Amino acid sequence: MTDIVPQPAPVIPVRRPSAEQSATRLKSRYAVERRFKALGLGSLMLTGLFLLLLLANITLNAIPAFSEHAAVMDVTLDPAVIDPDGKKDPAILAAADYASLTRAALMTAIPGVEGRAAKKQLASVMSSGAADDLRAKVLADPSLIGKTIKFPMLLSDDADLYFKGEGVKASSRPGTGTITASDSKGQITLTSADNAFAALTDTVSKFDLEKDDGGLVLKSSMPSHLVALNGGLVKLSKISPSSATGEVLTPLTSAGPAVGSAWQFVTYGAPEGNRQVNDQAATFLEKLKASGVVQKNFNWRFFTSGDSREPELAGIRGALVGTFLTLLVTLSLCVPIGVLAAIYLEEFAPKNWLTHIIEVNINNLAAVPSIVFGLLGLAVFLNYFGLPRSAPLVGGLVLALLVLPTIIIAARAAIKSVPPSIREAAIGLGASKQQAVFHHVLPLAMPGIMTGTIIGMAHALGETAPLLMIGMIAFIVDVPKGLTDAATVLPVQIFLWSDLPEAAFQQRTAAAIVVLLAFLLLMNGAAIWLRNKFERRW
Amino acid sequence: MDMTVANRIEAERLAPVTTAAKPAKVTAKDVNVYYGEKHALKHVNVDIPDRGVMSFIGPSGCGKSTFLRCINRMNDTISSCKVTGLITIDNQDIYDPALDVVQLRARVGMVFQKPNPFPKSIYDNVAYGPRIHGLANNKSELDQIVTASLEKAGLWGEVKDRLQDSGTGLSGGQQQRLCIARAIAVNPEVILMDEPCSALDPIATAKIETLIDDLRSNYCIIIVTHSMQQAARVSQRTAFFHLGTLVEEGPTEQIFSMPHDQRTQDYITGRFG
Repeated sequence: MTDIVPQPAPVIPVRRPSAEQSATRLKSRYAVERRFKALGLGSLMLTGLFLLLLLANITLNAIPAFSEHAAVMDVTLDPAVIDPDGKKDPAILAAADYASLTRAALMTAIPGVEGRAAKKQLASVMSSGAADDLRAKVLADPSLIGKTIKFPMLLSDDADLYFKGEGVKASSRPGTGTITASDSKGQITLTSADNAFAALTDTVSKFDLEKDDGGLVLKSSMPSHLVALNGGLVKLSKISPSSATGEVLTPLTSAGPAVGSAWQFVTYGAPEGNRQVNDQAATFLEKLKASGVVQKNFNWRFFTSGDSREPELAGIRGALVGTFLTLLVTLSLCVPIGVLAAIYLEEFAPKNWLTHIIEVNINNLAAVPSIVFGLLGLAVFLNYFGLPRSAPLVGGLVLALLVLPTIIIAARAAIKSVPPSIREAAIGLGASKQQAVFHHVLPLAMPGIMTGTIIGMAHALGETAPLLMIGMIAFIVDVPKGLTDAATVLPVQIFLWSDLPEAAFQQRTAAAIVVLLAFLLLMNGAAIWLRNKFERRW
Repeated sequence: MDMTVANRIEAERLAPVTTAAKPAKVTAKDVNVYYGEKHALKHVNVDIPDRGVMSFIGPSGCGKSTFLRCINRMNDTISSCKVTGLITIDNQDIYDPALDVVQLRARVGMVFQKPNPFPKSIYDNVAYGPRIHGLANNKSELDQIVTASLEKAGLWGEVKDRLQDSGTGLSGGQQQRLCIARAIAVNPEVILMDEPCSALDPIATAKIETLIDDLRSNYCIIIVTHSMQQAARVSQRTAFFHLGTLVEEGPTEQIFSMPHDQRTQDYITGRFG
């Protein structure tokens, strides 16, 4: 705009540093850069380490939950119990007492158990699910009635953990001298004329034990001491060098004396008080294990059954279906509403104070704590509209409120990133604004919108707090069949299980977390894949 | 500099076109454009003849593109933009509220500075306009339109075997010719070109210029360019814009050889801009 007139070039006063000075400066600049890089790398590695620790911890905790133990036994399907009329009526078959059959099978496998307490103990080794499994098998194939079949009977959670753990750490050493049993079962006394128990009293004397009639009373907080003689096993409760009192865990073939190497001291190194399985049950389990009937299977039940109070029967199917239904509602609400809102705001809305306020508030909504949305859902959907409690429909509605701002923001960003030249090209050809948006802008923005949607859904997948408010925290055994059935979702299931005291539930909690993380990874992976596959460059 | 331009004009204008004899296709009377408070275009009056090339030259920000975008009302998409005055095409006011802007843009095609093919197939790029305007009744008619448009744009030979390939996969010059094919597929009367060669190499530029020369027998072409050589090569009439005003307009050879206005003289001799 102005004519070029030659002017004297202004002189910029430059102080040239000496070579030495500039070398020092250069060195310190590089040092700063190196320090920055080292710090960045350090923080990255620290984060990675914590992540790795977290994942390793969860995975290690979860691994036991993916397997279950069952004892394969001969079960006689007694027609007198299952189908007394012989009509094979499914209602009668379903109502039969299968537990008595499984108990009988267990009694046959471990004979000689007497006394109410011991029998109860034996029955508790098996899960109540074994009878249910048997019922399902008979109902599926009534022709089995009257036959004896090999049937894997699910063990209880404690028995399962016993086989997954280190057991009782049994060890034995030969006895010396002669001992005599007063009886073959029940509470008995072992006596020894030549102080055969002196070795044991020496061993246990380091524990601070009470004395009773000159004998030391053993405690459950110390390793269990047993004596094996005459084909049986006696758990000692009180010992003195010359005699020992105890309970027979495995009946002796006969009362009477056992000499020298015919009897042994047996020690269960893990104190009974620290175990879920007591010594009596441990002998049963050891016997089952010794007879080779215990088998380890993959725990399909975890994926195919709903929640249960029995850890060995509890599964995540109900929670998975609930999650799926809830997310379905969320997705079908969020995507159309969110995308259309984004299109309107980005392409059509006049830029005035009203739209500005709406924009600001959408951004604010994304930062509102999720529990607030739960309260809103409780007040509006449950109390005002009277929708059913604990239902995936309401959960989906609440999560839709939560995710909507995320999707709108992501969709707006995606729409904004479509170059204006594409709109101009379409409009320049005589396309209407709406045609330009739906023919050109939206298809190009779709990968970004989908990525934002998936990330929003992943956010919804992991959300717990708002669902607690609308009652999705209830204990629900049945797998939901519809949008209005009572249901729970995976993160709430994790929350519920994490509260339970059983060790087996702790493992299932970890396993459910692994499943949740797998889903999250899958969704985020899908988002990245979509972005890379459909991303266009101009 | 001015000698070179003059020589080129001498060499290239073997048969000077008598533009004045032609009736005006596009007429602007006292056109003012405001971007909010900014008065971007001031009192522009110009007659643009049919079947010829009119070039708008001038330094950056002088309003030449703004004026170009008034002719197919692309400025409507900018909410702060306000246009006053009268612009007519075939004596019809294009800012008449009764006139449909979509119909107007079908009559006035536009080619942009940066090639902007849709990220769709070459075929779909060209077919898009005819499709939305319902210019073809069936597939074979649409095929004919696409073929003819690509032929007119001089691109048919290069793309006829890969019509389903993406338009964005072509080279820059091919993309720009595709955009021209896309614009002429809706059979416009006026084609606006906003610096169509500024993103292209000299060979691609030469092809586009040849194409413009071929097209001028059928269309009223208005081209904005920063290159005075290009204006001299392709256009019969030239308008010089400066600081929002139309300084001078006339036959190209006259503007480049003996402009009336000192500012035009300064600009074409490279003393500013």
